[in-house]
Amino acid sequence: MAYLELKGIHKRFPTAHIIRGVDLSIEKGEFIVFVGPSGCGKSTLLRLIAGLETISEGALTLDGRDITHAPSGQRDLAMVFQSYALYPHMSVKDNMSFALRLAKQPPAEIEEKVNRAAGILNLANYLKRTPKELSGGQRQRVAIGRAIVRAPKAFLFDEPLSNLDAALRGSTRVEILKLHRSLGATTIYVTHDQVEAMTLADRVVVLRDGVIEQVGSPLELYDRPANQFVAQFIGMPSMNMLPARALPGFARLTQGRVPAEGFIGVRPEGVVVDAAAGPAANDGQGAAAETGRVELIEALGADTLIHVDVAGIPMIARKSARTSLSSGDTVKVRLDPEALHLFDASGRALAA
Amino acid sequence: MLTDRKTLVRTLAAWAVALLLFFPLGWLFLTAFKTELQAISVPPLFVFSPTFDNFAEVQVRSDYLLYAKNSLIASVLSTLIGLAIAAPAAYSMAFYRTRWTRDILMWMLSTKMMPAVGALLPVYVLAQTAGLLDSLTALIVVFTLSNLPIMVWMLYSSLKDIPHEILEAARMDGATLWKEVRTVVLPLSMGGIAATGLLCLVLSWNEAFWALNLTSAKAGTLATLIASYSSPEGLFWAKLSAASLMAIAPIIVFGWFTQKQLVQGLTFGAVK
Repeated sequence: MAYLELKGIHKRFPTAHIIRGVDLSIEKGEFIVFVGPSGCGKSTLLRLIAGLETISEGALTLDGRDITHAPSGQRDLAMVFQSYALYPHMSVKDNMSFALRLAKQPPAEIEEKVNRAAGILNLANYLKRTPKELSGGQRQRVAIGRAIVRAPKAFLFDEPLSNLDAALRGSTRVEILKLHRSLGATTIYVTHDQVEAMTLADRVVVLRDGVIEQVGSPLELYDRPANQFVAQFIGMPSMNMLPARALPGFARLTQGRVPAEGFIGVRPEGVVVDAAAGPAANDGQGAAAETGRVELIEALGADTLIHVDVAGIPMIARKSARTSLSSGDTVKVRLDPEALHLFDASGRALAA
Repeated sequence: MLTDRKTLVRTLAAWAVALLLFFPLGWLFLTAFKTELQAISVPPLFVFSPTFDNFAEVQVRSDYLLYAKNSLIASVLSTLIGLAIAAPAAYSMAFYRTRWTRDILMWMLSTKMMPAVGALLPVYVLAQTAGLLDSLTALIVVFTLSNLPIMVWMLYSSLKDIPHEILEAARMDGATLWKEVRTVVLPLSMGGIAATGLLCLVLSWNEAFWALNLTSAKAGTLATLIASYSSPEGLFWAKLSAASLMAIAPIIVFGWFTQKQLVQGLTFGAVK
């Protein structure tokens, strides 16, 4: 049996059915990331696990114990909130020791645990300060410290980095990953940022409208998305999704494997754009080429994003070099046959 | 230079308004130390040799301390009971909102829009039937009930400012409801609770309508003491002023020391 197991979880609010049957098994020590667009239910699912919302239907077990209806405080879970939710009237030390003091642990032990956590998180010099006197990054570390002193069975993170500026977000993300490696604690992490999802997760859970769309390692999701939604949600810029009927030249490339009403998905790095008159246009794959027009060039330095319009369908190509093309140019667009993802009319992925 | 002149004008205007507001109180203060003859002299006297006779007279004639004691008991007890009832109500409305919460709050406030005299007859009959006329119990009950809407509103707005996630964090940390309230909610809302309590103390202390109608000699408050000096047998300005001064002095001193909390409480939501 899995360490943390969700079975047929539903959450209904008076006006909405937010979580519609979620099954998920999480192993001990795994770093799981819930990701999805806003309103997909990822935060609600985390709050159901935390016990901050009541589960309408289904069962939740942690380490063999049924905690479906256990109060939050008795689940042995620690949570890091988006707003940090530090106790503003308590010092950093009191914030971090609050749970231990409630549990009536011996003072000497509390002291030692807090000091150890403060050492790990570089907070040793700030223990006497109140949250008001700390920077955003420090507050975030106190919130994490408050969770780790408890040595809970699992950590829950609710979009913990979204209040930090970009630079701090990057470095804190690395710290969270290091912390996870050293503590080996089971972690569930909610984010809408796919970079966080891709870099942190052992397994990513993609949610939409209260249903799990796909569960897998970051690269599995990237390389073998189960459906159109996952394919387009993971990856920046997102996968080009081309209706087979509109672009027969590309459809021929799939040798009839894509149904007429289906879609051809291709990531920007699988799209090759050449000047129409250039020599590369006639390399024997001319049949698979379509003619398009450059709409926009985004030069990012390391690589270049070329936005092209092919028969009214916008596409993005990524080129790992500079380009001499400019907007308005007529171009030949080809697809890398190895990089195609095929989807049926309902959006489900077809075996490649 | 321009800013200097602006500042000067502003300072003068502020002083003018302050003096205007203070004048009745100042005049009351002066009159309390005059003889009855000096009190009604035309033109009014600003310079005179003060006398304390009025204060002695008031104490002899109507036992100031009894009324002061009644005022103190009625206002303190009604405030404490009010807080005990209003706090849980405000807590549940602030942290467990439903779609009715706003309506309930509005309904509570709407009861304050009815003139008190509209409820005089039923309240009087109820008090009479219960044998509670001229008793502190009746006053405490009425004061508590009439202050409740304001107390719930003030406590609600101060509790509403506590981020919900902080309470959830406490719950995750293993706090029971009682611990959550004692270690997190109370410390964070102390300012609001103090302001609410202080305001209701002042309101109860100054309350005259119910005190005049429900009590007389036994359970009368200082408000009734003042009123008894403007009697049909003639006005005694100096004694009336002395009685008034004695009645309002405690609350003025009290207000002076707690003005910071009072202002904070009354501007909840306005100043963040």
